[in-house]
Amino acid sequence: MSIRERLSGNEAIAYCLKQINPDVMGAFPITPSTEIPQYFSAYVANGEVDTEFVAVESEHSAMSCCIGAEAAGARAVTATSSCGLALMWEMLYIAASCRLPITLACVNRTLSGPININNDHSDSMGARDAGWIQIYAENNQEAYDNMCMAMRIGEHPDVMLPVMVCQDGFITSHAIENIELLEDEKVKAFVGEYKPAEYLLHPDHPVAMGPYDTQPYYYEHKYQQVIAMENAKEVIANVFKEFGEMSGRKYDFIEKYMMDDAEEAIVIIGSSAGTAKEAVKRLRAEGKKVGLIKLRVFRPFPAAQIVEALKGVKVVAIMDKADSFNANGGPLFEEVCTSLIGEENIPKVVNYIYGIGGRDVSVETIEEVFTNLDEILKTGNVGQKYRHIGVRGL
Amino acid sequence: MIKGYSYTKAADINDQSKYYEMTPGGVIGESGTARLTKTGEWRTVTPVFIADKCKQCLLCVPVCPDVAIPVKDGKRGEFDLEYCKGCGICANVCPFDAIEFGKEGK
Repeated sequence: MSIRERLSGNEAIAYCLKQINPDVMGAFPITPSTEIPQYFSAYVANGEVDTEFVAVESEHSAMSCCIGAEAAGARAVTATSSCGLALMWEMLYIAASCRLPITLACVNRTLSGPININNDHSDSMGARDAGWIQIYAENNQEAYDNMCMAMRIGEHPDVMLPVMVCQDGFITSHAIENIELLEDEKVKAFVGEYKPAEYLLHPDHPVAMGPYDTQPYYYEHKYQQVIAMENAKEVIANVFKEFGEMSGRKYDFIEKYMMDDAEEAIVIIGSSAGTAKEAVKRLRAEGKKVGLIKLRVFRPFPAAQIVEALKGVKVVAIMDKADSFNANGGPLFEEVCTSLIGEENIPKVVNYIYGIGGRDVSVETIEEVFTNLDEILKTGNVGQKYRHIGVRGL
Repeated sequence: MIKGYSYTKAADINDQSKYYEMTPGGVIGESGTARLTKTGEWRTVTPVFIADKCKQCLLCVPVCPDVAIPVKDGKRGEFDLEYCKGCGICANVCPFDAIEFGKEGK
């Protein structure tokens, strides 16, 4: 029997990490992820885990610590947000290119400036091309479950890539909700021990890691990362399936909500999907053919699933909780559009930037998006494709 | 343990190797492989070994980031310029001024 509890998203992540009992945590506090290493360090102090907790002096060092530990053959974890993730930037690429399956709990917060501690996805979206797998959660339950699955994905021999487990700062990380936890032994059995085939400190098979990679070699190593990210698709599907059989909670790359016969849809990531589902439910009660696609995995990008889910949809709004400042559209918008190119009967597509810096997203906000989609459907005229919702004066 | 990249030695990889023949992250299944990469052409200044002043303390040997100072029977010999990038650390640590640096060609 699973354990019924009430936990915040940060508590859920820390509790999951306690159950996994990783070898090393290197972490530095930053709002709103601070609680994760804080709770976890209490587990360390109480002897509930064997983890070596390294209280580093910056996030650059936190990621460097994880890279060193993982290279040495250990399972390493960290947690961060916003500017903390930005300070890790250089090392994020090192982790991915050295093929070190570190797990990072990212509690999404906007990037300064002007300085702001609240939620949007600009931190992890900025790191989207660093070579990390990215999984996003709608609520604390998903945050917990994604953390349970992360290491099985990243550490798979066909993948060997670091994994970012993302949840929305404050909205998910600090809100206490009901949650179903798994028993310790079930988590331990599912996640397993990390036994890399080869590592830096192996006494019988010494290796040199991170050598200088000149022009004749670098491109081939980057192409290997391309293959690894492609391989991750099958591995993620299998891990989701196995987790579903074990926990009863079934996940996919995307979640479709009321998409059967939907003519209007939105594509959205994270906690706002919960709000948007309520809007979809209300509009469905009025007889409107609307639906929602929640993206759970952003890297690798599930293009095929999105194209499939959008079949029959006439107009779709892609919701971005991060702006690209490219005068063209947000990151999710661009990836969805790229996925649709070359497909038959594609829907009309419009992009909404929303919820920036913790700007409130209400059911009415989403209803307004659908009202605008109604207009596009009726007139056939998309108009401005790149839109911002919730800005005063617009 | 599965047979993997720790069995791939530096000499097994060359600039004609296909991506699937190469190790993830460029890991090399051995250490001390700098000898295979001759980097002496990077040098703009050249060390000169003054044997008369050298007391064979060998302080210069471990500070060389490459393998430019050969040691045989406990004594250092002439610089191996195939590996010297001219960083000058050896000259800096030498207590006896037995290493001088001059511009390339001088």
